[in-house]
This record gives sequence, C-alpha cells and structure tokens, in this order.
Amino acid sequence: MRYLLQRLGFYLLAAWAALTLNFFLPRLMPGDPATALFARFRGRLAPEAMDALRETFGLTEAPLIQQYFTYLSHVLRGDLGVSVAYFPAPVSEVIATGLVWTVFLAGTAVVISFAIGTLLGVVSAWRRRGWLDSWLPSTLVFLGAFPYFWLAMVALYVLGFALGWFPLGHAYGDDLTPGFTFEFMADVFRHAALPVGTVVIATLGGWLLSMRNSMIAVLGSDFVNLARAKGLPPSRVVLRYAARNALLPSVTGFGMALGFVLGGSLLTEIVFSYPGQGYLLVQAVRNQDYALMQGIFLVITLAVLGANWLVDLVYMWLDPRTRGARS
Amino acid sequence: MTPAAAPRTGGLFAWTIAIRRDRKAALGAAILAVFGLMALAGPLFVGDPDALVGIPLQPPSAEHWLGTTGQGQDVFAQMVTGTRASLAIGLAVGVLVVLVGALIGVTAGYFGGRVDAALSLLFNVFLVIPGLPLAIIIAAYLPSGPLTLAFVLVVTGWAWNARVLRAQTLAQRGRDFVAAAIVAGESHWRIVTREILPTMTSIMVAQMIGSTVYAIGAQVGLEFLGLGDVSAVTWGTNLYWAQNDSALLTGAWWTFAPTGLCVALVGFGLTMLNSGFDEITNPRLQLERAWRAHLLERGHVPGRSTPVVTGRG
Repeated sequence: MRYLLQRLGFYLLAAWAALTLNFFLPRLMPGDPATALFARFRGRLAPEAMDALRETFGLTEAPLIQQYFTYLSHVLRGDLGVSVAYFPAPVSEVIATGLVWTVFLAGTAVVISFAIGTLLGVVSAWRRRGWLDSWLPSTLVFLGAFPYFWLAMVALYVLGFALGWFPLGHAYGDDLTPGFTFEFMADVFRHAALPVGTVVIATLGGWLLSMRNSMIAVLGSDFVNLARAKGLPPSRVVLRYAARNALLPSVTGFGMALGFVLGGSLLTEIVFSYPGQGYLLVQAVRNQDYALMQGIFLVITLAVLGANWLVDLVYMWLDPRTRGARS
Repeated sequence: MTPAAAPRTGGLFAWTIAIRRDRKAALGAAILAVFGLMALAGPLFVGDPDALVGIPLQPPSAEHWLGTTGQGQDVFAQMVTGTRASLAIGLAVGVLVVLVGALIGVTAGYFGGRVDAALSLLFNVFLVIPGLPLAIIIAAYLPSGPLTLAFVLVVTGWAWNARVLRAQTLAQRGRDFVAAAIVAGESHWRIVTREILPTMTSIMVAQMIGSTVYAIGAQVGLEFLGLGDVSAVTWGTNLYWAQNDSALLTGAWWTFAPTGLCVALVGFGLTMLNSGFDEITNPRLQLERAWRAHLLERGHVPGRSTPVVTGRG
C-alpha cells in the first residue's frame, strides 16, 4: 500500500510539473508573450476571442504569481481556453471529441504489441539459436527502425490504396451512425486495423528483445536449474518460474514506453486522418492554436500518468517485494 | 579457459579490429559509411534540390531516378541533399543528450543524498511526461530551424541516459578503487573524470548510438508535422511535403518511400553497430562465445546455460 501511495505522490508531482511547464512556456517566448501571441491573430480573431485567450493564459498585467494561480484555478475547473482553429469551441470540448479514439488506438496497439512481443521473446529465449531466434529479432529491429508514420504511409499505400483491402482513413464509414451495433463495431475494427497494425509492428521488436534478454539471464539462474533438476515439465519451468520473473523489467519499461508509443500513434493518426488527438494536434500546429496544443499536451500527459499508475498496480501483483511489510 | 584474443576496449585501433571481426557491427558500419559519404559528398553531385526540373509527380525514369515531387522537384536530389542536415542534427543531439545525461546522472549517483533525490526526481518526471507532445509545444513557441529541433530533442531525450548512468555510478561508487581515491585525497572532479567515467565509456558509446537513432526518428517526426523549417531540404520536410501534396492518395509512392527507407537504414545500421559493440565489450557475452567454441572444439554440444563471470571485486 505504501508503495502505491508513494507512486501516486510521484505522479501528482509529475502532473504539477507538466502544469507548471505549460504555464511558463508561453512566457519564455522571446519578447513580450502577450504581444507576440496576439500579434499573430490580429485581424483573424474577434476582440472577444483575444480577450478569452488572454484570460485563459492569465496573460494580464497582474504579478506572475497571481497569473499562475489564475491559470491553475482555470485548469482545475477544466477550462483550457478557447480554440483558435475551431473557434469558438472551448479547447476541452475539442479535445473530448478525439480523446476516445486516441486512447482506443494507442491502448489497443500497446497491449497487443506487449503481449505478442513478450510471448515471442519467451519462445525466442527458450529455443535459443533456433530458427525463430536467428531471424525474428533482427527483422523486427529493422522494422522498428522505420518511423511509425512512415510504415503507416506504406501500409496505407499498399494495403489501402493499391490493394483496396482496408479503408483509406477515418475511424468509421460516413454512412454509419455511431452506436453499439455489431455493424458499427465491425467497421471501427476494420478502420483501426491498419493504424494499430503499424504501431504493433514497429514496437514489437523492443518488447521481444527486452523479454528475450531478461529471459536468458533468468534461465541461467540457480532456481531455474533447480526446477529443471526436479524434473518439472519444461512449459512449467519456462512460464511459471522463468517468465514471471523475467517479465519485471518489461513491465517497468511498459509505463515509459506508453508515452513513446502514444507519440508515435499521434503521427500515425495523421497519416490515416484518424479523428484523434494527433489529427487535432496538426490542426493546432498549422493554425498556431497554442491553447489547443497545450491542452492536448496536458490531457495526454495526464492519461499517461494514469496508465503508469495502473502499471504499478500490475507490478505490485507480479513482484511481492514491492508489497513490503503488511500491517 | 581464456577468452581467446577477445579485444579489450581502448584505442581506436582495437575498436576497428573488433568491428571488422563482428558480422553485425561490420554490416552496421558499412551501411553508415555509405550514408556518411552521401552526406558529405552527395550534395556536390545532385545539383539544386529545389530546382523545378520537370512535370510534377512523374514516376521514376532514366532522367529522374526516383521521379519528381508534387512541385516538380527531383526526389533523388532531395533525398541525397536531405541526408546532411538530418544526420548532422541526429549526431549532434545523440552526443549532447548523453553529455547532459552523464552530467546529471553522474552527479546524482556520486554525491547521493539530497542531490541524488532531487536529480532523480527530475529525470523520473521527464521520463514519464510523453516526449513528443512536449517537444511539439516547445518547438511551436520557438522560431523553426535546426537549433530549435536540436534543443527540443535534447530536452525530451536526456532523462533515460541520466537514469542509466546514475545507476552505473552508484555501483562504481561503492568499489574499492573509488574508496582508495578518496583516501588518497583526490578531488571530486578528478575522481569523477579520471576514475569513474572511464569505466563507463562503453556504455556511453552505446548510449550515443542509441540516442542518435532516437534523435533522427524524432526529428523526422517533428519535421513531418511541419515543426521544422519547411523551406529547408531534410528527410523530415521531404515527408512533410509528400503528405501535404497528398502523395499517398494519388499513388505517388516514390515521393515518400526512398526517404523513409533511408531513415530506417540509418537506424538499422546504428542498431547493428550497437549490438555488435555490446558483444564486443560485454565480458559475459565474450566469455560465453569463447566457452561455446571451446566445447565445440572438443565435440560437445553447448548447453543453454551461461557461464558465470567470476573474479570480480
């Protein structure tokens, strides 16, 4: 329990760091932030919109510390400002439209990739120098060297454009109304297959290698030799004795990989015009919509922090040492 | 049993021999040499990459080896010219990221206590905040260009190296030779630079290679989003324009395929070089190989177990 609280404290601190970073970045811009920021929108925005922007960023004449608290109170109330690209929609509403899709895309990809990669790593370490072990790791490393979004472009071109097996973009067909019907769900999965597939392929190698390496270390240790000497069936030795222990470094890596995979899937979304955060991010960058950009950064960071805490729960279940002394 | 003629670290010459002996490392080095040459000499041969030389979106032909872009520029010329800027930023960031990581990681590990607690917290926070979104918002506020790219990539990439080097320093800190140096009255600076850092050279070299892979990939990603200088010719901006001109939906595969392949080949080459280094400098893998060779020589089939490296400390 103490471990979990400790981690929770750390994530709260990280969230605060992200918030503070978000506050100071516009102010670190060369020159006077308010003028520089608003000079770009002059003529394109109604005065009310500029006032709204100024208000959310807290870019007023008040002292910095007061601006900071104004900003914090806005964020805590869920007010992330007004989007310029989607004016006059508030940033929080714009983000909400895409959040489900991004979480769905990145979440599915990371779970599938982790499961398959880790399993392949176990097999690869167990049948070391076998046929699988000799070509699979280097092939996957090669695939992992491609930028995700480039793999996505190739997949879209070959499987979507040239062969026509998959749709060319978006999350579901225009002719369907969203709902929990079989038809709609099937269409969502068909649209998600390529984006998820490319992220899985690009990240598989990392999980495989990490699991393979720690499996090899664990398989050489005494307790595994003892289990073998006792005559336990190999499957039991590999899965219950070796794999469970070898999994620990991969699980630690899982939390950190989340942010990385998310970044990659944002770019992948752009290629597939998938209506998630990545697509919004591009709109924000093109329109210099700083409020939206910063909102997306905050929301994504919070999502990653939350997911990390869930990973800690799993870690605690896997590694009894973290549970510490129970009262 | 002696690990026969296993090359030891130290000296450029020893490294060169070791790379040539290891198949993976040799392959990686060969790929990188080709790209190095392309970056240095390539732009001299292909002419102006921005020149409008033909009808837009022509497929590869004898005249334009890799076809033309949506604006009618030569794709091959753009790919070759882009190599220089992309590799230069990648290498510079790769080195900088490790230097920053070493500065913070070694300081934390060496001084321990509160310094360690504060610095560890700092890099752990940076590790858990997603890098790409952070890089995007920083880059969006700064004037676009190579310096901005390098800066955001260093800011978002140093933390992992710091974490690894802190753990290494912590392990070295407890060793007898450090204690001896302290007793001998050496200064902190001298102990860190002369006693501790040399024990970590092979890790730092590996980190630099790994960080360069990261830097090239992330840089291409940011430029793809339009956060680089879109008027410059780099691999990332090539892909940005390919996407902008909707190359995919018009079937113009040649506008994006070559550049992506280059990125991947460089990444693959660096990774191969890295795993080769690992096998060269890791005494455990060295010993294992020697042991297998020893057994095979005597007609035994080597088992799965790894020999334990003894004689430490």
